[in-house]
Amino acid sequence: MGSGTDHFIMASNHRQGASNGGGNDGGRHDGAPRRPPEWADGLKQLYDSVVEEALPDSFKDLLDQLDAMDPASGKTGGADAARGSRDTSQ
Amino acid sequence: MSGDPSVGGTRTPSEKSDFKRDLTGVVPHLRAFARGLCGRPDVADDLVQETLLKAWAAQDRFEPGTSMRAWTFVILRNAYLTDMRRNRFRGEYDEGVAERILTAPAGQEEPIHLSDLHRALLSLPAERREALLLVGAGGFSYEEAAAICGCAVGTIKSRVGRARAALSEMLANGNIPRRSTDDAIAHRAILEELDVVAAGNGVSSRS
Repeated sequence: MGSGTDHFIMASNHRQGASNGGGNDGGRHDGAPRRPPEWADGLKQLYDSVVEEALPDSFKDLLDQLDAMDPASGKTGGADAARGSRDTSQ
Repeated sequence: MSGDPSVGGTRTPSEKSDFKRDLTGVVPHLRAFARGLCGRPDVADDLVQETLLKAWAAQDRFEPGTSMRAWTFVILRNAYLTDMRRNRFRGEYDEGVAERILTAPAGQEEPIHLSDLHRALLSLPAERREALLLVGAGGFSYEEAAAICGCAVGTIKSRVGRARAALSEMLANGNIPRRSTDDAIAHRAILEELDVVAAGNGVSSRS
């Protein structure tokens, strides 16, 4: 299952303690930034702030509709139908 | 299209249920990635919905046990690049985050505004922006990011390094696009770069 997701959640939980030198300090290898950019934590904050947002109802509606769609068709016919109903619901 | 969902796919109901659960679980991450890519929340959410539908349609190609987040990010990325080529995104910026302010780092005279950071991020060429988002915000390793973008690890490292350098420069000098007119200029540059990307590298068909 989503090992990547679990990995991220761990990373985000630790982000405040790991703002310096923690996580991805690849800049060091490239020699570009001489120190961890002070905005690095902000990038995670931007990302995490969206992750932590409550999911809009439009997503719940779409996820509910997925079961009724035939995945094997590989067509977007069902997709268009779902989009239409989503648009009108807003 | 078939109206009978029972004929679809080769997966068992249990596998479908697992897929649905994992897909549902990554939606917040897809929204965050999309928001970082295209800035406007409504446009980003449209992109995520498109991604969910494509992922659902392609679920037979998902290998159970692998990362759903990485798999769906590939789909989202491809949808984004396709939509961008259709000029769907206008590089507009969400002022909703403008009030959020980072605490001032030690030795820093002025706090960094998340809004500045976001605008600076959006002004980067698309390939550098996505590389930085994946590694610096999404917590992917260079190897995972390279797999998502369908390029070499060294390429990702180089893009992240350049993106970091550019952001540092912009934030240090206050050289950040302020209005959507500036963003439009940046956006044109992005589109031009995208042509190069598409011509050479192509969009990964791994999804």
